[in-house]
Amino acid sequence: MRKSMAFGFPVFLLALVALAVTMFDPLARFGTGLPPDEGLTIERSTTEPNGIEVWVRGDGRDDVTIAQVQVDGAYWNFKQTPDGPLGRFENALIEIPYPWVAGETHHLTFVTSTGVTFDYSIDVARDTTPIGLGALFDLALLGIFVGVVPVALGLATLPVLRRMGSEGMVFAMALTVGLLAYLLVDTLAEGLQLAEDAAVAYQTDVLVWVIAAFTFAVLMGLSRMGGRKSASGPTGGLTLAIWLALGIGLHNFGEGLSIGTALTMGNAALGSLLIVGFTVHNLTEGVAIAAPVTRKTPGLWTFAGLTALAGLPAVLGAWIGAFAFLPHWGAVFFGIAAGAILQVMVEVIRFILALGRENADSLSGGTAFAGFGTGVLAMYATAFLVQI
Amino acid sequence: MISRLLQSVTNRRAFLGAGAALPLAPILAGTAAAQSTGSLHAGSLRNNMTTVGNVDHARNGFDPHEILTDWDTGTLTTDADGRRVREYEITAVDVEIEIAPGVFFPAWAYNGRVPGPTIRAVEGEWLRVHFVNAGSHPHSIHFHGIHAASMDGIFGAGLIGPGENFTYEMPAEPFGCHLYHCHATPLKRHIHKGLYGAFIIDPDPARHPEHTDVARSRLLGSPENEAWQEFVMVMNGFDTNFDDENEVYAANTVAHEYMKRPIQVDRDRPIRIYLVNITEFDPINSFHIHGNFFDYYDHGTTLTPTLQTVDTIMQCQAQRGIIEMSFANHEPGRYMFHAHQSEFAELGWMSFFEVV
Repeated sequence: MRKSMAFGFPVFLLALVALAVTMFDPLARFGTGLPPDEGLTIERSTTEPNGIEVWVRGDGRDDVTIAQVQVDGAYWNFKQTPDGPLGRFENALIEIPYPWVAGETHHLTFVTSTGVTFDYSIDVARDTTPIGLGALFDLALLGIFVGVVPVALGLATLPVLRRMGSEGMVFAMALTVGLLAYLLVDTLAEGLQLAEDAAVAYQTDVLVWVIAAFTFAVLMGLSRMGGRKSASGPTGGLTLAIWLALGIGLHNFGEGLSIGTALTMGNAALGSLLIVGFTVHNLTEGVAIAAPVTRKTPGLWTFAGLTALAGLPAVLGAWIGAFAFLPHWGAVFFGIAAGAILQVMVEVIRFILALGRENADSLSGGTAFAGFGTGVLAMYATAFLVQI
Repeated sequence: MISRLLQSVTNRRAFLGAGAALPLAPILAGTAAAQSTGSLHAGSLRNNMTTVGNVDHARNGFDPHEILTDWDTGTLTTDADGRRVREYEITAVDVEIEIAPGVFFPAWAYNGRVPGPTIRAVEGEWLRVHFVNAGSHPHSIHFHGIHAASMDGIFGAGLIGPGENFTYEMPAEPFGCHLYHCHATPLKRHIHKGLYGAFIIDPDPARHPEHTDVARSRLLGSPENEAWQEFVMVMNGFDTNFDDENEVYAANTVAHEYMKRPIQVDRDRPIRIYLVNITEFDPINSFHIHGNFFDYYDHGTTLTPTLQTVDTIMQCQAQRGIIEMSFANHEPGRYMFHAHQSEFAELGWMSFFEVV
């Protein structure tokens, strides 16, 4: 009873302050004479046979009313569903029967009731792939080339890693850390970039960091559950490989989202060379997953499982990205991926340190640093393959 | 990584087919085959190039259709010397007006309307314009006519603060199609906010013995003038987001108004348009009629056309003139007229005559 009183008192005081400020408005002089704070975020656009479709979201303190729509500097007929002003976080579909031109750029301007304008560009208009088996198949194939194939190829390097001995093992694991470091930075950058496209009101940029930290904490907790493993040394072998596959899988899910979205919204065209580039670029992911299991002899099904866990999310991401993507969700997923990657980095580093203790005399820190550097450089160098 | 790479494709559209040699290309760049078509739309033969909805003219307090023929002839008296004197009352106010359906603009306006009242007088009369500034900024009326320096409507000559008033006096000279506008600084802001209007001086037939008939036809209220269908059109624009570019263009303020409600004209009576360009930010504006040609009197200060048989004329800011045309030999129907800068037409300056 007394406890709840003690808790209730500050809440009561807060309510009193809120009431007083609302009633007497002591800072009124700062808020007068300003036009309404309108905000509009354009989250998704597609070019359909019957015109352009745009998903918009109210993103200001006050309601925003879309009064007119210009396409390429011309007022154009449009239909908003649902109709009416958009409050903060409320979204609507705008359908514009505009005869867009394939392969060209179109500029949209939304004019609000106060004459404020919000601009948006469709970089390259192209037929939005209709949802169907054919499109799903194409996107799945894309996801497989970007996610599954490189992981499988990377895992195939296992015999080579085996022959490298303890020193080679350290090198491979350090290479994994380097690769993960690159992925971590890249994943955060992706998430933050998507956050720029998301509604400001969601504070998505902060969300990316918070979710990354939260995911990291939760995964660390899960992997150390019971305390038994921490007592008996770092996670190693197959368990570590699974965690690696999970973290990389989350990253590939995010990549799938981006590719699917970009293809749908006309921001990208993927030529075959670019896809081969992605395959090579992501190949190191497979090497990373293979590194911890060099001392084991896992069965074929284990490899298949690891490949699926790390690679298939790219397919799922491509599907979702193509048909139901909103930037703030994308940013959230990249946040999750960043947290997961950081977690596996920690696990791999612990593993390397344990290896070092096992072979205290025979291993040099130089090998680890060389591996790390090689990992980062490999990612950086192969990134050139996707810049055609 | 991926988004940076993908977005960089924008300026390399040719890349679409770059990897065509590999078998995967047709799958992922499959839509490339359809590149030349784009949106086919069954509906594209219908007009979709329009603002959506209708402006509430009653709330605005003025209707572009009424402005077309709403001449403010003031109050005519004769003074002790037998001189005809016309007096006008004009008040500048702050008012919010709807310039396109659902788009509200914080205007400054003469007598609450944009364009302001169409002042109409007869050559040789003496004009007295009683101006009250009921707005929130200094304003003036600067007439494009012949007047003394002290009546010019610039600083020190009739530029007045809020709550003040001033009377401009000047002769109605020269006859023609003119305009007036606020000359307070900053000029661009005071003009594009809405402080302008047409200023028409009809020729006095007695002064033009060589063209009496023409002069009579221009003299409001004469039987010859009754035969004409006269309209005033002030070509204007509105910069709703204050980025020094207009979001809305129109003749007489409201975007697409004469497209949605065409101007009814009788094909048996000739048409005379007093056309004024006050568009801010853009160097010129223009007028183009479909299916017909017209004679043009630049500034309206002559009784013989300065351009004959044209279907397009252009005007720089503050340039104006008189257009005369006839649909007597045309079949009835909708004849489009608009600015022949497609940009302006598509942003609202698009209209119809409904010839009956």
